[in-house]
Amino acid sequence: MDGVAAMKWFLPVLSVVAAIVVFWYLACVPMNVKFAMMTAERQGVVVSPEGVQARRDMSAILLAVRNPVVWADTWTQDKPRLPAPHQVVAELWKTTAEVKPTSKRSLVFHAWVTLSATLAGFVIGAGAGIILAVGIVHSRAMDMSVMPWAIASQTIPILAIAPMIIVVLNSFGVQGLLPKAIISAYLSFFPVVVGMVKGLRSPGPMDLDQMRTWSATRAQTFWKLRLPASAPYLFASLKIGVASSLVGTIVAELPAGGGQGLGFRLLSGSYYGQTVQIWAALFATAILAAGLVAIISGIERGTLKRMGLA
Amino acid sequence: MTLVIAAFVLWALAWWCNVWLANGPARDMAATRLAVPLIFGLTLLAIWELVVRGLGVSMVILPAPSVIAEKISTSLPILWTDFVQTFIKGALSGYLIGIAAAFVVAVIADRSSFLRRGLLPVGSFVAAMPIVGTAPILVMWYGFDWQSKAAVVVVMVFFPMLVNITAGLQETTNMQRDQMKTWAASYWQGFWKMRLPAAMPFIFNGLKISSTLALIGAIVAEFFGSPISGMGFRISTSVGQLALDMVWAEIFVAALSGSVFYGVIALIERGVTFWHPSQRK
Repeated sequence: MDGVAAMKWFLPVLSVVAAIVVFWYLACVPMNVKFAMMTAERQGVVVSPEGVQARRDMSAILLAVRNPVVWADTWTQDKPRLPAPHQVVAELWKTTAEVKPTSKRSLVFHAWVTLSATLAGFVIGAGAGIILAVGIVHSRAMDMSVMPWAIASQTIPILAIAPMIIVVLNSFGVQGLLPKAIISAYLSFFPVVVGMVKGLRSPGPMDLDQMRTWSATRAQTFWKLRLPASAPYLFASLKIGVASSLVGTIVAELPAGGGQGLGFRLLSGSYYGQTVQIWAALFATAILAAGLVAIISGIERGTLKRMGLA
Repeated sequence: MTLVIAAFVLWALAWWCNVWLANGPARDMAATRLAVPLIFGLTLLAIWELVVRGLGVSMVILPAPSVIAEKISTSLPILWTDFVQTFIKGALSGYLIGIAAAFVVAVIADRSSFLRRGLLPVGSFVAAMPIVGTAPILVMWYGFDWQSKAAVVVVMVFFPMLVNITAGLQETTNMQRDQMKTWAASYWQGFWKMRLPAAMPFIFNGLKISSTLALIGAIVAEFFGSPISGMGFRISTSVGQLALDMVWAEIFVAALSGSVFYGVIALIERGVTFWHPSQRK
């Protein structure tokens, strides 16, 4: 990418992100204003109107406009309704860089727990999906039996099954990484099946006839035509699959308890009203998701380039 | 043990039947296309039933399909209240608000190419994030009732819809836009008569993706707190009581409403985008 093209999207994206941050800071004021006014009043600052009772039913925006005195405090509270961006960044920094990665207070530790379950599940799910797709392409009976269900399964909220899988496996004594990996495998399985089948079928009649004129066997057609042709489709569905895997792991961590993982951080934050912790965990999941998708994109770019497709 | 062997025999028979149907003389009939997946699905259910009973698996751990069916038929009122709470109040209202909001933003972005070039990458980036994680925050802000579920759904469907509508509105070629200009069409005439219809395949793609997301968002948000009804609430409390037949009943309702929701959107799509190659027979 040359410099001009980069500038073409860099500046607009930067402006949009900057606008979001500014809006976020502004939103903090009405969101946190009531609590800020309460503390200010206790410290003897004059606010209008006085008394919690008088303010209870007033609009937060109106209160924010009438009391610029407390604005600064809305960005520095301990348990704000909406933490300011710098508070979230500070929490992220504190829980990643300032504590040991093996400590239970470290976000790196929780992120690793989530990441390992996600990766295990993703590898199982994507692998099984690719194998099933190969079967579907080569067996008409399998195609007609399984494919409608694979497609239908994408329209249903499979995630609802997560708490039950955790509890059932727990009753068999299976705990820790495996139950979460199963759910995350389950979620990445179907997108990969559907995408891979599409990819393996993407060679047109012309290409297939060409293979036949060379009297290629089914195996040769598969390895030299179908599999390479499926690469772009495979990578597209792997990206969707890894994102759903991560969501699956996080949701699986909600009932799993055990006190580990980013999903647990979200839940415990919401139990104890630790909003900054929730936001930090949320950003950690976002960074994780972006990282995983970026890694697959990188492999995709490298592979397709070597294949001469990109 | 006989039941387990019966399950294997049934599997072999049904599979042979499907192979014959799929490769035999009736292979391209519409009835075959319907029958083969049906046989497959029913066989799976039958095997589930036979294996659970044959191996004496505790019905608490894995209830047989017949037990689940009985539970569904005896608890229809509960399932209905949960459906109304989660699907109608939470998912559907959030879905509609999210789409409307995305549409407004997309139309604004459409008027400025600077804004579009900024919003599109940010939107696609956020759409790939695990947005369902915002559920605890939104439950804290909007309370335990359906409003917080609708809010989660709004956030979840907003970004995929924004990306799809914005991309769809770019679908027309320069030639087509010039044609509208030669007819002295105003921006809005061009929008309603040409660019919006051209964007419909993209919009429906977004609508279909969002329909699944909406249900997931509403159910998962209930795991973080809910009044005493709702599919997600019932699932999490029934799991706690080890009433797994109830959990399966709720999952059945969720699956059914999810596929009907998707099916309705696909039907509308067929009517609206009848001109698109993917819809022509």
